[in-house]
Amino acid sequence: MLTHLINGISLGSIYAIIALGYTMVYGIAKMLNFAHGDVIMVGSYASFCFMMYKNVPVPLALLLSIVICTVLGITIERLAYKPLRSATSLAVLITAIGMSYFLQNLALIIWKADPKWYPDIFKDTAAIEIGGAVVKPVAIVSILVNLLIMITLTLFTNRTRMGKAMRAVSEDKGAATLMGINVNSTISITFAIGSGLAAIAGFLLCTTYSRLEPTTGSMPGIKAFTAAVFGGIGSIPGAMIGGILLGIIEILARAYLSSELADAIVFGVLIIVLLFKPNGLLGKKIREKV
Amino acid sequence: MKTVLKCENLHVYYGSIHAIKGVSFEVGEGEIVTLIGANGAGKSTTLNTVGGLLRPREGSVEFEGKSILGVAPHKVVSQGMALCPEGRRVFAQLSVRENLEMGAYTRPASEIPGTLQTVYEHFPRLKEREAQMAGTLSGGEQQMLAMGRALMSKPRLLMLDEPSMGLAPILVDQIFDIIRALNKAGTTILLVEQNAQMALSIADRAYVLETGRIVNSGTGKDLLNDDSVRKAYLGG
Repeated sequence: MLTHLINGISLGSIYAIIALGYTMVYGIAKMLNFAHGDVIMVGSYASFCFMMYKNVPVPLALLLSIVICTVLGITIERLAYKPLRSATSLAVLITAIGMSYFLQNLALIIWKADPKWYPDIFKDTAAIEIGGAVVKPVAIVSILVNLLIMITLTLFTNRTRMGKAMRAVSEDKGAATLMGINVNSTISITFAIGSGLAAIAGFLLCTTYSRLEPTTGSMPGIKAFTAAVFGGIGSIPGAMIGGILLGIIEILARAYLSSELADAIVFGVLIIVLLFKPNGLLGKKIREKV
Repeated sequence: MKTVLKCENLHVYYGSIHAIKGVSFEVGEGEIVTLIGANGAGKSTTLNTVGGLLRPREGSVEFEGKSILGVAPHKVVSQGMALCPEGRRVFAQLSVRENLEMGAYTRPASEIPGTLQTVYEHFPRLKEREAQMAGTLSGGEQQMLAMGRALMSKPRLLMLDEPSMGLAPILVDQIFDIIRALNKAGTTILLVEQNAQMALSIADRAYVLETGRIVNSGTGKDLLNDDSVRKAYLGG
């Protein structure tokens, strides 16, 4: 039971890191970036190629994949979303879905359809025992990395000038412009952070499950999006809680109920939660005095 | 008197709607100038155009002798003018203090404490509520915050869009006292108001806008006694 719980938190931590990308972009740009999952896939291929074909050391490969995803995120925003800044949200949504298929098919051309097997970088580290539960090292690493990211991001948005400006832009772009905040560059930075995190998530995901193919990012992407909605989209702690709960539910459902139905159960829980709390667990609905 | 702001022959459109039809006006250094007019007359549109949020299709806007039309909207504030928008638009989920910090976004961090001190002197209430989320403030407090936030950029020209909107009469008096005090302290004021009585009573000069055109202008006092203005805006 404890093993499953820790594995659930670990998987949930990866979902949480991905969910941050959705939730931050939604908070600032008020759009759902459905290509986010595929940025994870591109990041995973990037770190895979550096490690396997160029013999780049693991930390450097991860760093390079973060850089690549950051640039990719900014580029996607500039080319595909920025021109639609004043378009209807439906047009932006369709563009995001199109971008998702574009990245998947680009990956299909470059890396072909047959799956690659991501190296187990912790194969020389023994499994870790916690209170009778035996878990893989990557599980613990995922949890710690997620915690570190959450703390850093919370400090960033609450304490730094840039972070406060981001919160201002997410509330009122016009008023933020009047303050002298460059809304476009704030949106770019948000995409950059989200995409950089996607590279980290991809690295952890592929280290956990090893299988890497052009559609690798789509299912975790959708689940992380679910986690973001579950926790309350736009909320950073919401992404964290939503992600971890989703991971735990998925692993427990797979272990005790049915591995075939695990995903159905996950989405079923989402539907039930949204019936009772339409804004998610920590959804923002502060009453404003006018 | 030095001219701070000079708008000439402004034409502004929303899509195909011609909202401002050749508006020209000036604001001199140290003045309080007001634009009055009914709902939809184009007062806010004019102000938003000066503030850089809207682009005129024709005409010019000069601030201290330099055109601001080529300046990116987020760079207008660093030129030395600040717009306090209609409906206050404070950042509800930021604290009072953080809202004020955002007002000084373009200025070096070392200068913020001094300006913050000055703003708190004008609005002691904001000091009391420093750590509170702006969304939890009352309407009057939010108006004070919006004005304080605009002042944080140390503007030479402060533009106020409907500062009295939705406020109780006693608060309106208070806000107008503060506007006068800010002006005495050296800030030039461009004020847009539906409350013509109040606006005219503190203004050095005023312009009357009707459906996108300036139809009348003069000193605040003259317009207060002008028959057509009295009929249209002051309830006879």
